[in-house]
Amino acid sequence: MAKKSLLRRAGVLAATLATSLLVSAQAAEPIKIGSFLSVTGPASFLGDPELKTLEMYVEKINEEGGVLGRPLELIHYDDVGNASNARNFAGRLIRSDRVDIIVGGSTTGATMAAVPLVEQARIPFISLAGAVTIVDPVKEWVFKVPQSDRMAAERILWDMRRRGFDKIGLISGTGGFGASGRQQTLAVASEYGIEVVADETYGPSDSDMTAQLTNIRNTDGVDAILNFGFGQGPAIVTKNYAALDINLPFYQSHGVASDAFLDLAGDAAEGLRLPASPILIPSSLPDDDPQREVVQSYAQEYRDHWGTRVSTFGGYAYDGLMLAVQAIEAAGTTDKAAVRDELENILGYVGVTGIFNMAPDDHNGLTPESFRILEVKDGDWMLVE
Amino acid sequence: MFSEFLQYLFTGITIGATYALVALGFTIIYNASHVINFAQGEFLMIGGMGTVAFMGLGIPMFFAIILAVLLACLVGIALQRLAIAPAKNADVVTLIIITIGASIFIRGIAQVVWGKDYHVVPPFSGDEPIRLGGAVLNSQSLWVLGIGAVLVIALILFFTRTLIGRAILGTSMNKLAAQLVGVKTQMVLMLAFGLSALLGSVAGVTVAPITFTAYDIGILLALKGFVAAAMGGLGSGLGAVVGGILLGVVEAMTAGYISSEYKDAVAFSMILLVLFFMPRGLFGGRTVERV
Repeated sequence: MAKKSLLRRAGVLAATLATSLLVSAQAAEPIKIGSFLSVTGPASFLGDPELKTLEMYVEKINEEGGVLGRPLELIHYDDVGNASNARNFAGRLIRSDRVDIIVGGSTTGATMAAVPLVEQARIPFISLAGAVTIVDPVKEWVFKVPQSDRMAAERILWDMRRRGFDKIGLISGTGGFGASGRQQTLAVASEYGIEVVADETYGPSDSDMTAQLTNIRNTDGVDAILNFGFGQGPAIVTKNYAALDINLPFYQSHGVASDAFLDLAGDAAEGLRLPASPILIPSSLPDDDPQREVVQSYAQEYRDHWGTRVSTFGGYAYDGLMLAVQAIEAAGTTDKAAVRDELENILGYVGVTGIFNMAPDDHNGLTPESFRILEVKDGDWMLVE
Repeated sequence: MFSEFLQYLFTGITIGATYALVALGFTIIYNASHVINFAQGEFLMIGGMGTVAFMGLGIPMFFAIILAVLLACLVGIALQRLAIAPAKNADVVTLIIITIGASIFIRGIAQVVWGKDYHVVPPFSGDEPIRLGGAVLNSQSLWVLGIGAVLVIALILFFTRTLIGRAILGTSMNKLAAQLVGVKTQMVLMLAFGLSALLGSVAGVTVAPITFTAYDIGILLALKGFVAAAMGGLGSGLGAVVGGILLGVVEAMTAGYISSEYKDAVAFSMILLVLFFMPRGLFGGRTVERV
C-alpha cells in the first residue's frame, strides 16, 4: 500500500516536471534587449530616468503580448558614468548575454567606448547620447536618438538670426558637454551670419562666473549671450547674469532643459530662451502638433508609474526602445542584419524627441527643427512660436 | 575701469570666502592627529543637504540648519568611533585612506536617502545683491566672510585658551606624552571629529546659497578648500582664510584680465610657487616650531 502510493506520487511528480518542461519549451524565447546606462554616478540624471523608462515600457509591451509573439527581456548594467565600464558591459552583453539589440549608452564617452565592440560583433546599437561624433561619420551598426549638440547650436543661432542679432558673447563650461557645444557653436555661427565676439569658459566646480560675464558685458556690440553647459554651472551663470543686471537677451543650451534647472535658477531664469524637446511642455503643444499625442501619453504614464516628473533623457530611452521594437517588427525576425536594415529604413516614426527619418547616411534621423524654442515665463516653460 | 576691477575683486572674494570656510574645516582634525580628513567635504554636504531635507519636512530654516549641524556632528563622531578608533595604532597614511573610504560611503548613503538632484538653499538675507561703485556683490558672500571670521577667532581662542583645545594640540604633537599627562587621546580625537563636522556643516550651509548643494558637492568644494588650506598652512585657521581668499581673488583676476581658460592654471602655478618657497604654507611655520 505504502509502496504503491509512493510510486504514484513519483509518477505525478514526473508528469508535472515533464509538463512544466514542455510548457517552457513551448513558450516563445524572449527577445533580449541589452542596455548599459549611467544609472549612478555623475551622469545619473541621464541614466536614472532612462532605465526607469526602459523597465516600464518593457513591462508594458510584455503585458500587451510582446513583440512578434515573444516577450522582451531587458538585461542592463550600470556603467557609473565610466567609459571603460561601458566597454566591459557592452562586451558582456554581446558575448555572454547574447542580446539581440543594444539600447543604451547614456553618455558620449560610454557610447564611443562600446562602438568598436558593436561594430566588430555586428549587432544593432541605438545610443542615447548626444555628440555628433557618434553618427558622423556614419557607422554601420550604430544609431542614435538625441539631436546632436550641433543641431542645438544651429537652432539657437537660427532663433538669434530671426531676432536680428549678429554679434554674440559665448560662455561655456569646460566639461565635455560645454566644450563640444562651444566648438559646434563656433563652427556653425558664420553660416547664420553671426559673429562670436566674446568667448569665455568656466570650470565644473566654479561657484561664481561674474568675472566672465562682466567681460562679455564690456565687449563692444554684443547683442545676446549664449551659455553652453550642464549641471549646476549654468544655474550659477543665470543667477550671476541676473545679479549683474545685464539687459541682453540670454540663451541657454538644451543641456539644462529640465524642470530641475528652473528650481535652481529661480526668478533669475525669467526671460531666457533655450532649445528643448517638446516633453517639457506636453500640455501646451498645439492640437495640430504631430508629436502631441505620443508626448502627452509618455509624460502621463511615466508620472503615473514612478510618481516623478518626466525628463528629456527618459524620452530618449522611450524613442530608443520604440525604434528597436519597430525595426524588429518590420524585420519579422531578430536577425541582426535584417533589424539593422529596418532601422535604417525607418521613416516618419513620431517619437517623444522628434520625428525620425533614418537614411543610410543619417543614423540619427532628426532635424534641428525637432527642437522647440522655449522661453521661461512666470517660472515655467513657454513655447515660442 | 575701476568698476571692473571692483567687480573682479568682489567675485574673487565670493569664491575665496567659500574656499576659506571649507579650508577651515580641515584644520581641527589636522591639529588633533595630522590626519587630513578627506570626508570633510561630506560634512559640508550633510550641512547643506540636511538643511534642504529638514526644510522639506516643513521645519523653519533656522531650526533646519541646527538639526543638520547636529546630524553632521553625529556622523563625525560615528566616523571616529566606528572607522578611526578601531585602527588607532595605524599610521597617518592609513587613517587618511580610511577617511577616503568613509567619504565614499557617506556619499553613497546620501545619494540613496536624499537623491541625486541639485537643491537650492535660500540666501540668509534675501536674493538682492549689494551694489557698490558700479559692481555687485552677492550678499551671501558677506555671511560667508563674517562666519569665517567668527570661526577663525573661535578656533584661535579654542586652541590657545581652553584645556580641551590644548589637549588636542598636545595629542597631535606627542600622543604618548599626552597620554602620560592624563589626556584621553581617543576622547580628544572623537571630540575633534565632532567639532570638525560642526565646522564643516556650518560652512556647508553658509556656502550652499552660492554653490547650490547636492550629494556630491563635497568632492567639488573640498578639493579647492584643501588646496587653500595647504597654501595657507595646514592647521592654521588664519592661514586657511588667507589661502582661500588669495586663491579666489587670483582666479577671478585671471578670468577677468587674462582669460578664463587660464584661471585654474594660474591659480595652481601660484600654489606651486608658494609651496616651493614656503613648504609649510603661508602661516604653517609656527605650529611646527612648537614641536
